[in-house]
Amino acid sequence: MAHSVPAGQKWWSGGKSPFNVEYGKLMMWYFLMSDAFTFGAFLISYGSIRFATNGWPDPNEVFRAFPLMGDTHLPLVFVSLMTFILIASSVTMVLAVAAGHNNDQKKVTTYMIWTILGGIAFLSCQAWEWTHLHSEGAWWGRNPFLNSDGTAATTNFTNYFFTITGFHGFHVFSGVIINIIMLIKNIRGDFAKRGHYLMIEKAGLYWHFVDLVWVFVFTCFYLL
Amino acid sequence: MSNEATLHGHAATSHGAEVHHDEHGHHHKETFITKYVFSQDHKMIAKQFLITGMIWAILGGLMSVLFRLQLGYPDAHFPILEDLLGSKWAKGGQIQPEFYYALVTMHGTVLVFFVLTGGLSGTFANFLIPLQLGARDMASPFLNMLSYWFFWLASVVMLSSLFIETGPASGGWTSYPPLSALGDASEGSKTGMDLWIISMALFVVSSLLGGLNYISTILNLRTKGMSMTRMPLTIWALLFTAILGVLSFPVLLSGFILLLFDRHGGTSFYLSDIFIASTNKALPNEGGSAILYQHLFWFLGHPEVYIIILPAMGLVSEVMSVNARKPIFGYMAMVGSMFAIAILAFLVWAHHMFVTGLNPFLGSVFVLLTLLIAVPSAIKVFNWLTTLWKGNIRFTPAMLFAIGFVSMFISGGLTGIFLGNSTLDIQLHDTMFVIAHFHIVMGVSGILGMFAGIYHWYPKMYGRYMNNTLAYIHFWVTLIGAYLIFWPMHYEGLAGMPRRYLDTSGWLSFNQFGGLNRMISTVAMVVFAVQLLFVFNFFYSIFKGRKVITQNPWGATTLEWTAPIRPGHGNWPGEIPEVHRWAYDYAKDGRDFIPQTEPLGSNESAH
Repeated sequence: MAHSVPAGQKWWSGGKSPFNVEYGKLMMWYFLMSDAFTFGAFLISYGSIRFATNGWPDPNEVFRAFPLMGDTHLPLVFVSLMTFILIASSVTMVLAVAAGHNNDQKKVTTYMIWTILGGIAFLSCQAWEWTHLHSEGAWWGRNPFLNSDGTAATTNFTNYFFTITGFHGFHVFSGVIINIIMLIKNIRGDFAKRGHYLMIEKAGLYWHFVDLVWVFVFTCFYLL
Repeated sequence: MSNEATLHGHAATSHGAEVHHDEHGHHHKETFITKYVFSQDHKMIAKQFLITGMIWAILGGLMSVLFRLQLGYPDAHFPILEDLLGSKWAKGGQIQPEFYYALVTMHGTVLVFFVLTGGLSGTFANFLIPLQLGARDMASPFLNMLSYWFFWLASVVMLSSLFIETGPASGGWTSYPPLSALGDASEGSKTGMDLWIISMALFVVSSLLGGLNYISTILNLRTKGMSMTRMPLTIWALLFTAILGVLSFPVLLSGFILLLFDRHGGTSFYLSDIFIASTNKALPNEGGSAILYQHLFWFLGHPEVYIIILPAMGLVSEVMSVNARKPIFGYMAMVGSMFAIAILAFLVWAHHMFVTGLNPFLGSVFVLLTLLIAVPSAIKVFNWLTTLWKGNIRFTPAMLFAIGFVSMFISGGLTGIFLGNSTLDIQLHDTMFVIAHFHIVMGVSGILGMFAGIYHWYPKMYGRYMNNTLAYIHFWVTLIGAYLIFWPMHYEGLAGMPRRYLDTSGWLSFNQFGGLNRMISTVAMVVFAVQLLFVFNFFYSIFKGRKVITQNPWGATTLEWTAPIRPGHGNWPGEIPEVHRWAYDYAKDGRDFIPQTEPLGSNESAH
């Protein structure tokens, strides 16, 4: 486990990593910063357009359906479920990383499977939600929902909703693919042979980031 | 499990294995494909970036010759143009308006992104970072290779857009909507615009993969003793460049994704209340904002100009110190001012948008922040001048280009003070003054810095020298020509002559510039011809140039000159060098220079 760091260790003097991480992890962190700017640009664009527009639909009215429940009024219940699933998958990811720290190949497999299932469940929920909204007439360039004050809305509510949740969904999809590759590598024993589960940790960083972005997307589209 | 364990674990596997292999001094079994095409050697990737960039520079330069022909001789007919380009683009030997706009758009895109970003950073970050830091290669040679091939793909897509029926993108290199969003609005907003966006998206991927690699390599793979403050300024410059790229290009990507949806998804991100005259149609789009695109674009667009100029500054600092045989003046001030430039780069983008109806108060904030850039820029300029002061200057071609860079950067920087003031900008916006300003301070300065780098590191790249006589001709014609081309444009701009117009002879007030425009166009052609001389010199010298026979021909302190004359993959046979001092021990203790690898003497203290 953790080595004791000698006092007066000069981390920046060359010959070693100043942050004590190997290059792949450093690259993942910088990639995530870059990706944060992509999402940031999307969300700030959304915010600027929304606040330059007179009215906006009420999310409680738009997002009120639940699968197999017919014409219900359950505002934000379904999206709360989605959010719960994604956060739960983050928890199992943490457990997978922790199992990796203990070099426990079997547990890594178990928790990676749970994480992948969580990701797939989230994507399925999103697919249902999109299908449902589409059946109500919503799509890029089409917005059937009225502003909360009853006036006609611009299409930018749906434009931004589908673009940004779609971009986030694409990230989740990529994350699931990455996690599946990690799972296969783990089952083949690649990490056990290597003696460390750093790849799982890096996949975990990405997965947590995607989760964190969802918190912002969720806040911006469903709560505000 | 600690990171220490993983570091060691890693070193014994993928990366380490490769390095290990080289240490035994026998070569990889390299095929032509793995050595020259899908190479993972940073030096080969650097050359790939350089030569691709050179091909783009020739094409982009040729475009400028074509539209200068139009600007200088608006009434003349050149039948050869019709023969070469067809009657759609050059009917009767005259450049047609759509073609003119396509030319200026592609000239800007190609020079800014493919030459001065891909060609400049791609070449020197790849070549110098591992060599000057004492690393065997980049942190991830594989991602590095991908970075080049994404650049190549972007190049192919952009190039292909020149050959489609409706022509390439022609809405300006900034591609502002609504023009760029509406295929009905112009020929160039049809398929050409889609290819432009796809190509730029691939370019962003390339830049991201490269940038992540540069940052991780600089932070993680410095050799023993190479603390951050012992790094040559080239590396500092490339580090800040990479950080700017990693943080600003994604915003552009977001802007492009929204633009694609506006083009093909029926969305209204940038569109509102539009009537297209050509189809006599009012569009249903409502609620969008064209200004939003400008914010997203310039959030990249401004850092982008520092992505271009910072590497040039780094190369110039290094070349200047080596050839003045003096330590660079104010090393920490140089690093600090580059850091300040990198921070300010993100805080000034709206100075491109003073005339968009920006709130004047907000405008004044951006004026203040913009003018603040003069401080670090001036620090750098004075440091270069004081480096030259009482130096033992060797006027090698690289040194001439470095001095030319400083001259250009001062000239162009001063007009930046004009344009940074929103009140003056209202008068000068969209005039030839702006063209003069950014070509001098960014375009010409950037390319002069790049030439300094090419001439200086050519012996390291190919083990041969370029021809000096041709190089001196290249330098003087380029420098004098660049001033002759761009200096008069200030006068035109101050008189109100607009940019982006293919023919201003309809205005009596601009007729006085007819002769001046012909002069500019003539010089532009001469300068272009001299660049072909450079290209000839470059390729001829690869095969026939004078051979380098000493390991350190310039008498430089940095690590790349401790490697063999033609280093293999892995750079140093045997151990990598250890560093004991900073990169600028010139003319010290009665010695001409002391390499970074030399341990401190008993009478020295650590730097």
